[in-house]
Amino acid sequence: MSTPNEQSVPQDVYAGSTETTEGTVFNVSGQDWDEIAAGLHGSDDDLIAERIVVNMGPQHPSTHGVLRLILELDGETVTEARCGIGYLHTGIEKNMEYRSWVQGTTFCTRMDYLSPFFNEATYVLGVERLLDIEDDIPEKAQVMRVLLMELNRISSHLVCIATGGMEIGALTVMTVGFRERELVLDLFELITGLRMNHAFIRPGGVAQDLPAGALDEIRDFTALMKKRLPEYAALCNANPIFKARLVDVGHLELAGCLALGLSGPVLRAAGYPWDLRKTQPYCGYEDYDFDVQTWDTCDAYGRFRVRLAEMWESIKIVEQCADRLTTLEGAPVMVADKKIAWPSQLAIGSDGMGNSLDHIRHIMGESMEGLIHHFKLVTEGFRVPPGQAYVPIESPRGELGAHVVSDGGTRPFRAHFRDPSFTNLQATSVMSEGGAVADVIVAVASLDPVMGGVDR
Amino acid sequence: MSDASTPRTDASPERSDASTGLTDASTRVESAVGTRTGMFGTTDAGDTSGYGGLVSPIVFPGAAERPFGGYFDEVADALEARLRDASLATAIERVVVYRGEITFHVRREDLTVVAQVLRDDPALRFEFCAGVSGVNYPDDTGRELHAVYHLLSMTHNRRIRLEVTCPDSDPHIPSIVATYPTNDWHERETWDMFGIVFDGHPALTRILMPDDWPGHPQRKDYPLGGIPVEYKGGTVPPPDQRRSYN
Repeated sequence: MSTPNEQSVPQDVYAGSTETTEGTVFNVSGQDWDEIAAGLHGSDDDLIAERIVVNMGPQHPSTHGVLRLILELDGETVTEARCGIGYLHTGIEKNMEYRSWVQGTTFCTRMDYLSPFFNEATYVLGVERLLDIEDDIPEKAQVMRVLLMELNRISSHLVCIATGGMEIGALTVMTVGFRERELVLDLFELITGLRMNHAFIRPGGVAQDLPAGALDEIRDFTALMKKRLPEYAALCNANPIFKARLVDVGHLELAGCLALGLSGPVLRAAGYPWDLRKTQPYCGYEDYDFDVQTWDTCDAYGRFRVRLAEMWESIKIVEQCADRLTTLEGAPVMVADKKIAWPSQLAIGSDGMGNSLDHIRHIMGESMEGLIHHFKLVTEGFRVPPGQAYVPIESPRGELGAHVVSDGGTRPFRAHFRDPSFTNLQATSVMSEGGAVADVIVAVASLDPVMGGVDR
Repeated sequence: MSDASTPRTDASPERSDASTGLTDASTRVESAVGTRTGMFGTTDAGDTSGYGGLVSPIVFPGAAERPFGGYFDEVADALEARLRDASLATAIERVVVYRGEITFHVRREDLTVVAQVLRDDPALRFEFCAGVSGVNYPDDTGRELHAVYHLLSMTHNRRIRLEVTCPDSDPHIPSIVATYPTNDWHERETWDMFGIVFDGHPALTRILMPDDWPGHPQRKDYPLGGIPVEYKGGTVPPPDQRRSYN
């Protein structure tokens, strides 16, 4: 398409140039760079010839979802980088104000779709603090929460490494990452019934007891992961191409991390062993034996190594959970307070999953009070005393916290999520300015932003 | 949380007028932020319960009394001392301790100084800010909009909360981006969602909603939206128009 003969070039209805007050705008649809280069050099305006602003995304496969990067380029060098977000804003926080406290878990689980259990857990911990039932949560519920969160950490880190690998062209890392993640999702499906968006962690405990055989499946999984995880290390750790792309890219030191509020693997890759599971334990994390993993290079490679090492720690915790759950067979998974606990347990009937027939028989045939109680709790829900709580947890991306406010009603007065992806994404500029365009991709991937959590 | 250093119980769940030393007693008058009528929360049907005339005020936890417990006293002492030095002894309107969390209600004109002190003083050292969360209390007259900041001191492993209010008619709160650059996007989000103008913010533009969006969606007077859904001959109204129990 490099012919200078204007008449022979077919008019592309999608790509062309327009004049605005800001200068010439070129719409690019592919294979038309020659035209644009010719247009730039023919321009009278020197500024245009030197300065190019590129909108990367929001529909770009390597921007991790619908993230729009606005890059100002000087040749291959990025002189300014800004993020445009909000393309996935779904008003989850507003919606939660119109549903009961229990239904809130169904909404917030969808925010950061790679770590649904963490969204549920931080919200539920806030609600439980307001209800003042933190000490009444049964041990088995706490162990199951930890189990699910650590499995979730493994699956989330796997996606981070997989997509990060894909974005730099390491497709094998992508295929093996998603292969292992699928095994974790199978476990989620076995335990909660759903691969994603579980709404399984509820105020007062968890929705359902472990199904039969789940512990064996979990042990098989950890045994398999111990064989598979070294593959990542063998594939990447010393791989010269992988290191050439990642080492010293996306550099951000500890002072920068703290100023920008970065947490999670990015902070730990700057050498600071800050992990809320250790420093401010919740859900009984103080009872587990694991280490906080750090790296000291402050770059994308260090963040990769931290995530890889954290998966090993998560496997350690999952195994300890499985051992504890063996001794907790038949123990309650929901708080004893019948004014908070969901009245029915689910069971599989001839027409699929539903309320257990024993419970239906009880409320429909035996106890009018039981029916009223079920109806009131399910339709109206419980009341939460007025006040506010913030119980942050260590999600795979850093400090995730829900600011939960109650006015004493049956619905959240306000639920605000401090999502680590949202905060960490602010570091895009400082990590990528002055580097090459290709390094922007690596820097953003090393932050591991999930747009569902960023935009909520 | 089961951290031993965290105070487990509320220092004072009841309202109290005793002086804390940190705040001016006259600022500690509690007022309800709203009322709730009836016993069962329904508003759309006729009153068949006989409790429809019941009116109960919505009162949030009131000011706490010393000792606050745990590290809260150390933080309050250090903050008080530093603010006295800066002749800003009345910067803290009141202190609320509830469910093991401490909240400092800060006068909005003093927020930037308080934030700076909290970050820089060696005894305080709250180097990590977890952003700002807006809350809209439409019935809290003169204090309709609240901005809530969660601060974390990694040095001392402590958490506190700051709360600043502004009236709907003058929705301005000073920006603390100069002290906590991480609040850049958080303040933009709170402006976007609540219409609180953070004075001194480097570029206060919308962040989640489109640039030309009218209104601020998280305010209580902004409708949720939605359309009725028809299903098997019945019609389900949108969530904000269904029967509710508040």
